[in-house]
Amino acid sequence: MASPEITPDDVAHLARLARIDIPADRLAYYAGQLEVILGSIAKVSEVAGDDVPATSHPQPLTNAFREDEPGQSLTAEQALSGAPSVEDSRFRVPRILDEEA
Amino acid sequence: MTTMNSPALMPYDDVIAQFDPVMGLEVHVELNTKTKMFCGCATEFGAAPNTQVCPVCLGLPGALPALNRKGVEGAIRIGLALNCEIAQWCRFARKNYFYPDMPKNFQTSQYDEPIAFNGWLDVPVETDEGVQVFRVEIERAHMEEDTGKTSHLGGATGRIQGADYSVVDYNRAGIPLIEIVTKPIVGAGKNAPAVARAYVSMLRDLLRALDVSDVRMDQGSLRCDANVSLRASADSPFGTRTETKNVNSLRSIEKAIRYEMQRQAAVLAGGGQVTQETRHWHEDTNLTTSGRSKEEAEDYRYFPEPDLVPIAPSREWVEQLRATLPEPPAARRARLQEQWGVNDTEMDSIINAGAVDLVVATIAAGADHTAARKWWLGELARTANDQGVDLADLAITPADIVDVERLIAAGTINDKLAREVIAGILAGEGTAEQVVARRGLQIVGDDSALLAAIEQAIAEQPDVAEKIRGGKVAAAGAVVGAVMKATRGQADAAKVRALLLAHLGVEDA
Repeated sequence: MASPEITPDDVAHLARLARIDIPADRLAYYAGQLEVILGSIAKVSEVAGDDVPATSHPQPLTNAFREDEPGQSLTAEQALSGAPSVEDSRFRVPRILDEEA
Repeated sequence: MTTMNSPALMPYDDVIAQFDPVMGLEVHVELNTKTKMFCGCATEFGAAPNTQVCPVCLGLPGALPALNRKGVEGAIRIGLALNCEIAQWCRFARKNYFYPDMPKNFQTSQYDEPIAFNGWLDVPVETDEGVQVFRVEIERAHMEEDTGKTSHLGGATGRIQGADYSVVDYNRAGIPLIEIVTKPIVGAGKNAPAVARAYVSMLRDLLRALDVSDVRMDQGSLRCDANVSLRASADSPFGTRTETKNVNSLRSIEKAIRYEMQRQAAVLAGGGQVTQETRHWHEDTNLTTSGRSKEEAEDYRYFPEPDLVPIAPSREWVEQLRATLPEPPAARRARLQEQWGVNDTEMDSIINAGAVDLVVATIAAGADHTAARKWWLGELARTANDQGVDLADLAITPADIVDVERLIAAGTINDKLAREVIAGILAGEGTAEQVVARRGLQIVGDDSALLAAIEQAIAEQPDVAEKIRGGKVAAAGAVVGAVMKATRGQADAAKVRALLLAHLGVEDA
C-alpha cells in the first residue's frame, strides 16, 4: 500500500482538533514526520494478506465483563484534589463559548 | 430577513400542502444499572456532586475500563424488543472531542459496529382518521456512556451564552447510555409530529416494561433529539435537516417538530436555504434557536477502543435474553383488558392517559384494579392535565396509591379526604400517613365525639328526629348531613347513620 500523503493543512487540522498550538512554519516539518510514521505502519499491510483481519487488541479475548456490583469511589475531596479550580464541590472550568451545552 | 427570536412561521396546513416532512429521531436512554458502564461507581440520581466518581470515569492517567455485563444485557434486550439483529461481534470506539463534560477527552461509544441494528417498532398514532399503526424503522441501537453535568454560572440567564464560567459534576459521567437511532421516517405527512410523539411514548413504555431504565424525561434518563427536513414531494431528494436538542417531554417533541416544519417551510418559501445546524428547543417560549452550525463537518476521529476487548454475544445468551422480554404490547393490551373487565373505549382511555403501566404497578403493589384505575384516570389524570405534565411524571407513586387505599379500607379516611391526602402527596408533604397526620385529616372515629354531634343535630331538628322515631328512616339523611357538616366531612357517613338510628332506637329499613 502506498504511504498516505500528509499535507501541512492536514497537520493544521489535526493540531486544531487536538488543541495543539503548532506555529505555521513548523507544519511542513511535522507533515514530513507524520508521513514517515504512517508510511512505516502501512508496510504492515504489504505483509498481511486479505486473510489476516485487522486487529484492535493484542489479546484474542472477547466478552471480558465485570458484574454490576458497586466498587470503591473517591470522596469529593479526593476527586477534586488535583483540580486547578473548584467551586461548591464541582470542577470549575473556564467559559465555554460557541459550543453546545 | 427575520430576527433570530421571532422567525417567520408558515401556517401548518400550508406546510403540508407544499412540503413533505422527513424525520430522524435519536433517543438516548440511561440504563438503570447499579453501577456505571466501565467502572463500579454508583449511579444514584441526585447524589452530592462528585461523590460517585473514580479514576476511570474521571479519566485519570492509567485507569482502565471494565465493562458492566448488565449494561450489555440491557442493550441486547432493548435491541431484541425493537426487533433488531444482534451483532455476532462488535467493538467499542473512541469518539474524540474536547469538552469539559467529558473528562477523558473522548467518549467511549460504538461507531460502525453497533450491538443492535435493523429493527422496527409498530406505533399506534392518533390521527383525524382514527388510530393508525405506523411502522418506525430502527437503524441501530448502540452502547455508549453519559457525560458529566455542566452548570453555567455568572451570566444572567443560566444559559451557556453569556456565562462567565461553568462548573462540572461528574457523577453522571460513565452511566450506561443506549442511543437508539431511527432510519429516516418518511410518509407521515401531516401526522409527522404525532408520529414522533407516539414513537417516543411507545419506546418509553417498552423500556419501562423491560425494566432497563427509569425513563424519566424530566430527570434526563430519556432524551430525544429530533432531525427534521422538508422536501417538495415524496419523490424529491431529502432536504437539508436541522437537529433539535433539549426536547424534554412528549408534548415538546410534537411541538418542536411542528415548529421546525413551519420555520423551515417559511425559509424555503421565501427563497432561502435551511442551514444544517443544531437547534435548541426552549420549553418556556416554545421555539427553537440556532446552536452550533455544522458547516465544518464533525471530525471525531473514531477508532476502536484499545482498552476493551470485543463483545461477541453467543446466540445462546441472546436467546436467553430474548426469553426475558415482556409480552408484545398488543397481546398485553388484550390480556389486561380481559383481567380488568373493561371495554375497548375504557381501555383506550387508560392507554391514552398513559396509565397502563401505572395501573399495573399499582395493582402489583396491592390495590384492586378498580381502585387503581379510579385514581389514575380520575383525580391524577386531571392533575397531570392541569399541570401539563405526563401522568408518570407526577410526584406520586403506585405505592402511595396503595397506602391511600389502605387508609380508606381501615376507615381512617373516606373518599373525600383521600383526595386531600393525594393533593398533599403531590405537594411533597410526604407519605399518605404523614399527610393525614399533618393536615389532621383523620375521620372522626371516636363514638362519643360523634354522639355529641348527633345529639346536637337532633336538638336542632327535633321534628326530623320525631319522623325518624316514627319509622321514616329515609329522613335520617338530614341529620346525618348536619353531623357531617359539623365534623367537616371527617366522619364516616355510614357510621353516623348507624349511630343515629341506634340512638333513636330505630331499626334500619
